[in-house]
Amino acid sequence: MATSDNSMETNAAETRAEAAMGWIDKRLPVTKFWNDHLAKYYAPKNFNFWYYMGSLAILVLAMQILTGIFLTMQYKPSAAEAFASVEYIMRDVQWGWLVRYMHSTGASFFFIVIYLHMFRAMLYGSYRKPRELVWVFGMIIYLLLMAEAFFGYVLPWGQMSYWGAQVIINLFGAIPMIGEPLTEWIRGDYFISDATVNRFFALHVIALPIAILGLVVLHLTALHETGSNNPDGIEIKENKDANGIPRDGIPFHPYYTVKDLFGAAIFMLIFAFVIFFWPEGGGLFLEHDNFVPADPLVTPTLIKPVWYFTPYYAILKAVPDKLMGVVLMGVSVMILFFLPWLDRSPVRSIRYKGVWYKILLFVFAIAFIRLGMLGMAEGTPAEMLETRFWTFVYFAFFILLFFLSKGGKTKPVPERVTH
Amino acid sequence: MSTDSVNNGRRKFLVAATSVVGAAGVSVAAVPFIANWFPSEKAKAVGAPVEVNVAKLNYGQILKVQWRGQTIGVLKRSADMLGHLPEVDPRLRDPSSEQSLQPEFAHNEARALNPEYLVVNMHCTHLGCIPELIPQVGAQPFDSDWKGGFYCPCHKSKFDLSGRVFTGVPAPTNLTVPPYSFIDDRTIVIGVSPEGMS
Repeated sequence: MATSDNSMETNAAETRAEAAMGWIDKRLPVTKFWNDHLAKYYAPKNFNFWYYMGSLAILVLAMQILTGIFLTMQYKPSAAEAFASVEYIMRDVQWGWLVRYMHSTGASFFFIVIYLHMFRAMLYGSYRKPRELVWVFGMIIYLLLMAEAFFGYVLPWGQMSYWGAQVIINLFGAIPMIGEPLTEWIRGDYFISDATVNRFFALHVIALPIAILGLVVLHLTALHETGSNNPDGIEIKENKDANGIPRDGIPFHPYYTVKDLFGAAIFMLIFAFVIFFWPEGGGLFLEHDNFVPADPLVTPTLIKPVWYFTPYYAILKAVPDKLMGVVLMGVSVMILFFLPWLDRSPVRSIRYKGVWYKILLFVFAIAFIRLGMLGMAEGTPAEMLETRFWTFVYFAFFILLFFLSKGGKTKPVPERVTH
Repeated sequence: MSTDSVNNGRRKFLVAATSVVGAAGVSVAAVPFIANWFPSEKAKAVGAPVEVNVAKLNYGQILKVQWRGQTIGVLKRSADMLGHLPEVDPRLRDPSSEQSLQPEFAHNEARALNPEYLVVNMHCTHLGCIPELIPQVGAQPFDSDWKGGFYCPCHKSKFDLSGRVFTGVPAPTNLTVPPYSFIDDRTIVIGVSPEGMS
């Protein structure tokens, strides 16, 4: 008797819950959204390690927004008070050091995740037709993220903040004719001043986060329209069963929600370890000179940006001409936008592209890392020569990709995904 | 409602007219927002001349002051230092300062009113860092034949002791010389040219 009573109660509760959900669904399509993007969104079943990065990027973004909101409560965006207010957060605010380190070290982790995410696309040809817009939106997010990171780096108003801002803003001064007034317009003064840090704060906490969030929506909407690529680079939508479900697809929820949650937990463990024991990353995540208040009279002896900008910075340094250096640095970032059209191979994934692409991509990765290291270096004549060599290799990758991908050897692509 | 009564011509006209007025409104409304970012009246007003006392300066020493937000250096040069200047001429991009900015009174070999004192805007003409003064003669990690000069930590630009730029570095022109004049033997005023000179 008792059991049947219980089951009747459960049934009644379920009916009530369904009715409540029905009431909401008639007014807001919650169930439809859940099914379209999670429970009945079919993703390829052969995702590997590289496919953690997308969800981790969202996790880090959420973390940056949360910690950022708390930092704005104690930070003072003025040249006179900024440095001291950051020290106040670090020393006097309850747990302020944790929130600040989560935010500042979080920026570096954001770029680690994003670089791996982009490299995944290059491994498996995820930018290829029909996912060109997914890549383009992703690249715009990457550009905005660089701007966001730069503005954020200026806010603590240390020596590297000040002189980093000086160098980056003066890059625009290289533009003929409008260069000089343009730099004044960006700074709001004839030098880096209170006006500059005040407006960078506004851009960092309002303008760019809104733009980034909007683009994340576009990035994901475009992705869910085409569906995810996979390590084999084949379209799972071309092989569907009688119910119209891809044979190689599995519902994102619960399969990949569980997988991504597991990845998130591992990521947070590593992140927590770094924040607790190595938050400055030996000067990589937070540079030593930035613990000295901004001083307009003295440039630190070694000016370099944070590690995630150094590959491009190395290219800037490699060119002994102001305008050409700035142009080449700009091109080195913008050329990535064109990857979907530079790669003309009949197959997507590195698995079937043949050995030429494996060598090309490997050398490109070495060039990017080496340029990153040289961008941080002193710049001796030998280092300058090496920087020029790797700059050449960096650009050669895109040119060779364009010419080799069309006729390059490929292996036969399987009908179904392998795993 | 039947669609017979739809007047497509009127709809097109309304859309076009509204778009034109709207576009004009948006572009006019953009002006204040763009102008908002230019230096404020307060920022423009700051910029009075600065007096520098150079009495205690030794040879090879530099005194840095701020004028209009720029760092200005006053370097005292010995006859020996001035003697090295012509030696580096062949390695300079603009040895006679034709492409560079300086008042007419400083458009000479020493780039100065009085050769003993170099008064120069310290910001590198590449991207605005402050080059380091390395006055001693002798091999440096970045130059095996160094005759003394300025070395920029940011992008390795090199300048001689007159702020003249070397070839093969990113900085395009010599360091800029601001207008300045002497009130007396030991006082320089930055921001004012000597009377009758520019």
